Amino acid sequence: MNRNRVWTIANYVLLSVAALLFIAPVLFMVAGSFKPEARVLSDMDSWRALLPGGAGLQNYRDVFARIPFGRYLWNSALINGLIVGLGLFVNALAGYALARLQWRGRDVMLAVVLALLIIPFEAIAVPLFYQLSALGWRNDYAVQVFPFVANPLAIYLFYSFFLGLPRELEEAARVDGAGILRTFFVIVIPNAKPVFATVAIVSFLLYWGMYLWPLLMTVDDAVRPLPLAIATFYTLPPVQWGDILAFGVMMVLPVLVIFIAFQPWFVRGVTTTGLKG
Amino acid sequence: MGNVTLTHITKRFADGTEAISDLSLNIEDGELLVLLGPSGCGKSTLLRMVAGLESPTGGEIRIDDTVVNGLSPQQRNIAMVFQNYALYPHMSVARNLAFPLKMQRLPRREIERRVHAVAQRLSLAGLLDKQPKALSGGQRQRVAMGRALVREPKVFLMDEPLSNLDAELRLQIRQDIARLQRDTGITTLYVTHDQVEAMTLGQRIVVLKQGGVQQLGTAHELYARPANTFVAGFIGSPGMNIFTAAVQHGEQGYALLIAGRPLSLQGSCYGDESLSSFAGKALQVGVRPEALRLIASGESGVHVIPATLSAVERLGHEVIVHFPAINRVAGAEVEHSARLAYQDGLQIGDEVTLGLSVGDLYLFDMDGKAIARVG
Repeated sequence: MNRNRVWTIANYVLLSVAALLFIAPVLFMVAGSFKPEARVLSDMDSWRALLPGGAGLQNYRDVFARIPFGRYLWNSALINGLIVGLGLFVNALAGYALARLQWRGRDVMLAVVLALLIIPFEAIAVPLFYQLSALGWRNDYAVQVFPFVANPLAIYLFYSFFLGLPRELEEAARVDGAGILRTFFVIVIPNAKPVFATVAIVSFLLYWGMYLWPLLMTVDDAVRPLPLAIATFYTLPPVQWGDILAFGVMMVLPVLVIFIAFQPWFVRGVTTTGLKG
Repeated sequence: MGNVTLTHITKRFADGTEAISDLSLNIEDGELLVLLGPSGCGKSTLLRMVAGLESPTGGEIRIDDTVVNGLSPQQRNIAMVFQNYALYPHMSVARNLAFPLKMQRLPRREIERRVHAVAQRLSLAGLLDKQPKALSGGQRQRVAMGRALVREPKVFLMDEPLSNLDAELRLQIRQDIARLQRDTGITTLYVTHDQVEAMTLGQRIVVLKQGGVQQLGTAHELYARPANTFVAGFIGSPGMNIFTAAVQHGEQGYALLIAGRPLSLQGSCYGDESLSSFAGKALQVGVRPEALRLIASGESGVHVIPATLSAVERLGHEVIVHFPAINRVAGAEVEHSARLAYQDGLQIGDEVTLGLSVGDLYLFDMDGKAIARVG
């Protein structure tokens, strides 16, 4: 009994330290965003770095004064919304076709999708750049959206989830008179919410911070997303750390809101998409 | 109308296994036909081919006068009840029942009318707003039946619909299904591995093994006239005991030599003409466990089998005893059994004498095929 309590307490202490390690940078960012420039730097080497105060919302006002933040936020939201929304549609259909339909070349296609999982985007960024430039596709929203709609990871997540759904449900729907597409939309999708939430969050996180591709493909602030905007704060003097931290807070906030909103689904999704460990 | 005709149906899977080989069958309009067999015999595959969920490699499936091979499940006007019910988990009972009707684009009024009629009939009226996960096994089963019934199909297909229920509920729903089928007169194809279910429900029963029909007949025909040793062993609980014996012809006509002891076949159901071709050869002898009885040693006029009991099952009104014997066809020791009137004294290891009457014998050739009987 006593040993158990000691063990429990030790566990909590260890977990708290680990949690602090992960939370500290975020706390630092939030605290720093409310401090005057001088204190951001002077507090760096003490625990006061995690305490806010001193500047109120000044840093936030500075961000809006220096760049059209709202425009960038809208661009990011639009680009990500389209990638996620279209991606859910396209990848779910692809995953379903791989999991359930019989067609020539299916196994080869599945192998190709799995192989694509291990190719990092940076490896194909330059050839893709030349290809799309040759087509005259540059400096707009479309070029930032369409290359990312189909995603092998998302296809694989959908594929493995659909494999695990009881086949009898779909067969019952077919006997009841539903065709393949209707079965998919009316029977399969309502029973696949966890995987949709998982894929939505994973791809949102993946593309919210995307930097290289918009940098290559866009020149116009009117279509550029947030990560390119925050970069200008490092390159245009004077470098204001308080402004950068305030920008960071505003950039992370939407992700946090979406994550918390979908969290119950997301956690269930991870345990049911065959990604257990 | 709902006459189903299967002609020379073959199903070979991609890996080369043949689930159904050259099977022909006719299911009469309004009949409840049971497909019975051990797991892997192809019964579910056959049902799924009639449903249109699998397509046969060869042969023709007709519903009434229409060849349905190329038709999708919804064009066949059939309804199916699945083993796990396959209720749509995200829809209420009412929406589950309405789904097949919505697919037929019936007017809303008509859908409501039919859903309520079916709910009334299956005592589901109080459950219409519930989700499937809030229902008990028996209720889910009734909803699955209702969803099949609501579209008023030509043919009902049922794939082991009772196997997920406990024994008591199974008995009750079995009777419900029998009554429902009788009342509606819908042609029904029913798959099960449970012979009691098959015998109580089926107007006719098809016994399947390895994708082929072993026998087609009423419950009584299968029990009293098994076509081969497989059917004999599969029907009945426990199944028929099969011995091997040699046939002799002596002064008193034909006799069997079982484990060195002669048994005259006079008074049996087998005439000289069917036995003559077996003179001097071996054949297989079957006797039902319920045809054996315990006799005091020294009793004459019956053939006796000495047995050492390896298991004793007391069922209250009777006792089933098991005893090992050598079967030459199986090439090994097999367990035989006898159903005896209840008595307390029997213990494992007891040596007893079992008697049988020659009229209760069944004869099969060494390939297992039944030899023609006289009576």
